[in-house]
Amino acid sequence: MTISSIAQHLPALLIAVPLLTAFLTPLIGGVNRTLRMLWVALGISATSAIGLALAWKVFTTGTVLYVFGAAAVGQVLPMDSGGIPIRIIFEVDAFSALMIVIASISAFAITMYSLVSESECSGQDGFYALLFLLVVGIMGMVATGDLFNFFVFLEISSLAGAALVAYRVDKGVAVEAGLKYALLSTLGALCVLIAIGLLFAQYNALNLATLASRLQFTTLDKIALALLIVPLAMKCGAVPMHFWTPDTYATAPSSITALLVVSSQASLYGLFRVLFSLYGHLVQFNYATFGWFVIILGVLSMFVGVTMAIPQKDVKRLMAYHAVSQTGYMLLGVGVGLAVLGNRSALNAYGLTAMAGGIFHIINHAMYKGLLFLTAGAIFYRTGTRNLNKLGGLGHTMPWTMVFFMIGALAIAGIPPFNGFASKLMIYESVFRFSPFLSIVAMVVSILTLASFVKVFHSIFMGPRREEFAAAREVPAAMIFGMALLAVVVMLFGLFPQTFIDGMITPAVTALVDRGAYISAILGGH
Amino acid sequence: MLSKILINFPLIAVVLIAMMGLSAMVFKRNIVKILMGVTILESAVNLFLVATGYREGGIAPIFTNAPSTHMVLPTVQALTLTSIVIGVATSAMMLSFAMIIYKKYGTVDVRKIRKLKG
Repeated sequence: MTISSIAQHLPALLIAVPLLTAFLTPLIGGVNRTLRMLWVALGISATSAIGLALAWKVFTTGTVLYVFGAAAVGQVLPMDSGGIPIRIIFEVDAFSALMIVIASISAFAITMYSLVSESECSGQDGFYALLFLLVVGIMGMVATGDLFNFFVFLEISSLAGAALVAYRVDKGVAVEAGLKYALLSTLGALCVLIAIGLLFAQYNALNLATLASRLQFTTLDKIALALLIVPLAMKCGAVPMHFWTPDTYATAPSSITALLVVSSQASLYGLFRVLFSLYGHLVQFNYATFGWFVIILGVLSMFVGVTMAIPQKDVKRLMAYHAVSQTGYMLLGVGVGLAVLGNRSALNAYGLTAMAGGIFHIINHAMYKGLLFLTAGAIFYRTGTRNLNKLGGLGHTMPWTMVFFMIGALAIAGIPPFNGFASKLMIYESVFRFSPFLSIVAMVVSILTLASFVKVFHSIFMGPRREEFAAAREVPAAMIFGMALLAVVVMLFGLFPQTFIDGMITPAVTALVDRGAYISAILGGH
Repeated sequence: MLSKILINFPLIAVVLIAMMGLSAMVFKRNIVKILMGVTILESAVNLFLVATGYREGGIAPIFTNAPSTHMVLPTVQALTLTSIVIGVATSAMMLSFAMIIYKKYGTVDVRKIRKLKG
């Protein structure tokens, strides 16, 4: 009875558990530190377990619907509503489930790591409360099937993210970055809200599936589309709207940076959801135009990101630019899929593979980039500097961090047998059939990425022991555990890519392409 | 002609207020004034939402007093309330950032606080 009712309410628990943990943390933290650590560890374990269980349910039994406030959780269309969903509905399909898996694994590893890396800082109650709120925002964004609800979770994740970026004031620099992030997020969210208003005023619906079934592609819809995709592209850090990423990622506490990567990927999810599930397959929707729009964003991000990364001196700033660059791969892969969405034979020949590569890259990127930011945090934890010119010789004293850094660096550069290779190979092969030039750009960017990380590796870990870092030891076990967890996932995805592609990626791509299924899950087949 | 302007009056006001907010965000150098711009822009969006929900001669959805069951769907009003609450949280947080910046740098002029570069 209990188990089955928990299984039934998984989507609600996915939000409720981290929310409860967030607001009870200050209360429990008031008692003592050990209790708070246990509470936080318990909260994140429960959240991740719920997330993974929900994803498992989706991958085994299909789309899960959850109606808030209805007599029965599956009662999408109430008797007296006249055939429209009037309540907030969570629609967790395979693509959402994939994002939930990413968020669950990352959030778990990151929180375990934070328990130690932040243990000597003040204000921990607020820190964990905000961390859990950020998790709530991410989970809500990827699980919801309601446009206004999406806006609310977008704001929750932006607010929690900005507050966390500014949390360690750092002589004001971090607050400056936090303010920048908060301003841009607010502006973006207001654009999204106007778009929601435009859509609601025309179609009397906020539910994504209902909206999708009613869209006429009027002039107002086109404005709404622009107001939705530009802010979401900004939030995922695509060039030319990437300028906030280096500041924000570099100044946030390292564990938070890793979580901000996941949060920007939730925006990427929103972008794809709007393009494919909301607007895709409309008769008047020009696939080639929007496909090329996404492709150009992707190629610009890839190239500008990596060229800006090479001269950086601050290790986290450098990684932040690489994050921009890697986002480009996802946009490129999915953009190619979007460009050929109307052409069934091209879609089957290479479009779906390109999309699978792009979406596989989302999960891979979250894992290896999280790992890299955590190693950067470990280095900062022991040496107190992020400046590449001052670091050196740490390989002698921090062997585990070095190994994890190597795994992350090889994965981001797309070297087999790590996970970056698996997804990048899919992107190269399929994009080559679409446009050889784009594929060559993608490979060149990979080579530049490798070059950049070889330099970083050399200047941090190689060379003789430095006297100023004589006291630098290996980081505590919990931090190693957090990094090891992500490193193991990186290796698993790299060694057995086909298992994960068949199990998670292909269903996610199918869910994204099949707009009809997304609509009929709510409105019934018609 | 006049009636057309009157019907669209709220929307014209929305555009004007939004322009005011945006121009404050873009042209002002004082962080507090930029944040005022954000708040003005938020008000414009809220007004837009409420304006889309207006029906001439509509009946407020209060079941006990309504003369018939045909009532205005109050969704946009609910959205606006949510949006106002979110706006308050955002403004409070950003103003507290401005306070800390003033404490640390002694100024709120964006031209003088640029420590982040590249």
